[in-house]
Amino acid sequence: MDPFIAVLTIFVLAMIVGFEVITKVPPILHTPLMSGSNAISGITIIGSIIAAGAKYTTLASILGVIAVTFATINVVGGFLVTYRMLKMFQKPKSDQKEKKS
Amino acid sequence: MSQALVNIAYLISALLFVFAFKGLSHPRTAIRGNLLGALGMLIAIVVTLMDKSIVSYELIILGFVIGGVIGAVFALKVQMTAMPQMVALFNGFGGGASALVAALAFIEAMEIGKTIGTQETVATVASGIIGAITFWGSMVAFAKLEGLIEERPIRYKGDQIVKIILAIASIVLGVFFGLEQNINYYWYLIATSAVLGILLTIPIGGADMPVVISLLNSYSGLAACATGFVLNNNVLIISGSLVGASGIILTNIMCKAMNRSFLNVLFGGFGEVVAGADEDKVYGGKVKSASPEEVAMLLENARRVVIVPGYGMAVSQAQFAIRDLMKLLETKGIEVEFAIHPVAGRMPGHMNVLLAEANIPYEKLKEMDEINPTFEQTDVSIVIGANDVVNPLARTDSNSPIAGMPILDVDKSKTVVVIKRSLAPGFAGIPNPLFAADNTLMLFGDAKKMVQELINALKES
Repeated sequence: MDPFIAVLTIFVLAMIVGFEVITKVPPILHTPLMSGSNAISGITIIGSIIAAGAKYTTLASILGVIAVTFATINVVGGFLVTYRMLKMFQKPKSDQKEKKS
Repeated sequence: MSQALVNIAYLISALLFVFAFKGLSHPRTAIRGNLLGALGMLIAIVVTLMDKSIVSYELIILGFVIGGVIGAVFALKVQMTAMPQMVALFNGFGGGASALVAALAFIEAMEIGKTIGTQETVATVASGIIGAITFWGSMVAFAKLEGLIEERPIRYKGDQIVKIILAIASIVLGVFFGLEQNINYYWYLIATSAVLGILLTIPIGGADMPVVISLLNSYSGLAACATGFVLNNNVLIISGSLVGASGIILTNIMCKAMNRSFLNVLFGGFGEVVAGADEDKVYGGKVKSASPEEVAMLLENARRVVIVPGYGMAVSQAQFAIRDLMKLLETKGIEVEFAIHPVAGRMPGHMNVLLAEANIPYEKLKEMDEINPTFEQTDVSIVIGANDVVNPLARTDSNSPIAGMPILDVDKSKTVVVIKRSLAPGFAGIPNPLFAADNTLMLFGDAKKMVQELINALKES
């Protein structure tokens, strides 16, 4: 198969899976959905890692570091803040815990 | 590690991301979903670190440390009320990273003398344009939400033409980049797209922010996806599509909740609509102001109370006081529920997060379609810092700028109590006949302070 058709197929199928899965997310969780999907869009980090580590030109190295930094902010910040939010959605265990907070 | 093994690892990552989204379909499974997503990311990163073209790790580690610290500090320090600007900021970094990676892939190909095919060229241009728009658009959205720049729509004559010229310029530069295979054109294209991103976001006002943030969220995914086409990397394409789809769905839900088309939000906006109804005519002598004690007496005799929070609740951080009010009412045997409008606040789900922060069980948070039929059996509705989403003009006045927008039918409950600082109009800039309705009592003041006074009055009685 033509490599372009192969990646295009993956793209189209992934979009469909995305629509199917994400329409099931209830409105109550829309903010965590945004921050969580945000973290996942930080997957660009894998491209930036190679760029930063390969040392082609000085410019490439500098841009590589910036790209890794940006993507890491996105990944680390995104997953952490989502975790923080989702923890709040868990049922309060007892009133004692509540008084503490 | 062989390429096949690497690709299998990437496939596992992609699957974990799908399960992460699946987990978000219920608050109970959501934490696990988020952890699966993080695990997927970890696998992808570890596998990539073993790539043979990496000759040194110093720069990578440097980026990890700086980015990790900044990300963690932001994520742990941010207040829940500031979540919209936080998400906007993270979005921007994701888009920016994608645009940079696409550029780097091109530089690399030039270095090693690899020819670049049409797919890669087109994808690089797409990644640059979308990435730059995402980065700069997000920065403007962040600045607006943080109050660093004017939150009102900023417009000038001919702004649409300027945007169209910039969009065409970006594409033309992209064509030159492809033909000449010269990285400089890519930087020019980044510059025009950056200006475009700024100009697209500047005219959008506060209450339209949920749409913009959802859209930028989608863009950050599509930028990652385009970068996947540059690198021919499946996990980038799959994750990018998932995020892109998520953003599109949210954008769509937000637009529907305002009964406006997507293009209208981007290019039109409330700023252009001249307010039709006259304030004096609507409010003149009909607005009844009440004291917390009077409202407390009403609540004493109620069986069912619905609380309708809006952006005003977030501004005054009233969610904890509201939780206390809820507890107090429940000890008196009164049923309390919350009515959440999809566009209440500054991002999708904003109100839910704030109420969850105050430990209010999510079962009590009801969506618009679910709660609307119950208002007729509701004794008291308390509107806290919301305005346009409870404006009955949306149902009655077809000339109103919010005509047809689905609203919470609080006016159908026996009594409506509106906690608000003044009669100032909401984002749509129109008066709200609800405030002058026979069954409405206004409780003028700061949301948090008024809720606390209500609690005190209830305790004394």
